Amino acid sequence: MNKIIEINGVTKEFEGFKLDNISFGLEKGYIMGFIGPNGAGKTTTIRLIMNLLKKDSGDIKIFGMDNSKDEVAIKDRIGFVYEESYFYEHLTIKKMKEIIAPFYSRWDDEKFDEYCSVFGLLPNKKIRDLSKGTKMKFSLAVALSHNAELLILDEPTSGLDPVFRDKLMDILREEIQDENKSVLFSTHITSDLEKIADYITFINNGRIVFSDQKDVLLENYKIVKGDSGILTDEIRSELLGIKENRYGFEALCNAEKQAAFTQFEIVVEKPTLEQMMVYMQNK
Amino acid sequence: MKIIIRNSSPDPIYKQISDQLRGMMITGELKEGDALPSIRNLAKDLRISVITTKRSYEDLEREGFLETVGGKGTFVAHQNKEFIKEQKLKIIENRLSEAVDEAKMLGLKKSELREMLDALYEEVL
Repeated sequence: MNKIIEINGVTKEFEGFKLDNISFGLEKGYIMGFIGPNGAGKTTTIRLIMNLLKKDSGDIKIFGMDNSKDEVAIKDRIGFVYEESYFYEHLTIKKMKEIIAPFYSRWDDEKFDEYCSVFGLLPNKKIRDLSKGTKMKFSLAVALSHNAELLILDEPTSGLDPVFRDKLMDILREEIQDENKSVLFSTHITSDLEKIADYITFINNGRIVFSDQKDVLLENYKIVKGDSGILTDEIRSELLGIKENRYGFEALCNAEKQAAFTQFEIVVEKPTLEQMMVYMQNK
Repeated sequence: MKIIIRNSSPDPIYKQISDQLRGMMITGELKEGDALPSIRNLAKDLRISVITTKRSYEDLEREGFLETVGGKGTFVAHQNKEFIKEQKLKIIENRLSEAVDEAKMLGLKKSELREMLDALYEEVL
């Protein structure tokens, strides 16, 4: 039983949006990047995992347990960071911590203090006086201080500068050293994931476009560029998200299909996650 | 042990790592029985994903360069140095004969080809 997260055929419909029969899983000891444009369903999926929303159908298992039946036991082992601050604004960091800590059976005060000093969090500051980025750091400090086996981070880097984002990636790398922790990390800043993520799940319009090892994904696709003259209907049908202008075209292409037009003069490049996300959305 | 990852390289990262490690084992910089860092530790230090380093190690294991002892770690395997060298020499010979063929097609003289080789040998570190 090595799957930490198992999502099977989950559907949730709101007015104007449908999370449509999504399935994916995450193994113990790895980091998964959960990417997709705004409004694709990332936060909805995370809220379903955390049982903050009720699913219409399907099945979500965390640590092999049902996410609603065993909610309390599961949440004790999850460290989460939501995009929005959920703290009491009028309290100080120290007071807020004192309220949160008893909810966790393995709360570690020492670790929390350590993160506070690493992140530059002052215990006597009121939460409402913190910047968006500092609130995020406080959320992270809480998420990292109760020996969680699964970290679920929803857009944790959106309010943070590149230097701190880099530090956070180092912390996550440190966290997974013992092989028992996993991280699900949603973001649209894909450069953060480019190196660190083991798996990438891409969601668009409420559907999972792919969920696979990052290396496999990046190897299976290429960016091709060339003269628009070579774009026959047949070639067009093999390309994803073609962008054309008067100087030529650019598109994403399955690495296997690339052989079909190597006879032409084209430039072939390795895609970035961001390019894959953009081109796949244009298809 | 020095490993450098080039983002600009056309080779995928896992291959860059296994190529460099293999090189170190062939030159003897890494010797039989030497312990390698754990997959997770190497990933952390190189700031890349665990699966990427895992794949490099797995490839080298399949080729017989590394062996993993459960619970202990990964080590440079016992290997037939002569055999590896032989294999490498064969590769070099094949590539050189390709170059000779091309040169002959162009009507290049032996001395001209030799000059080219000399220049390249100096150039590539």
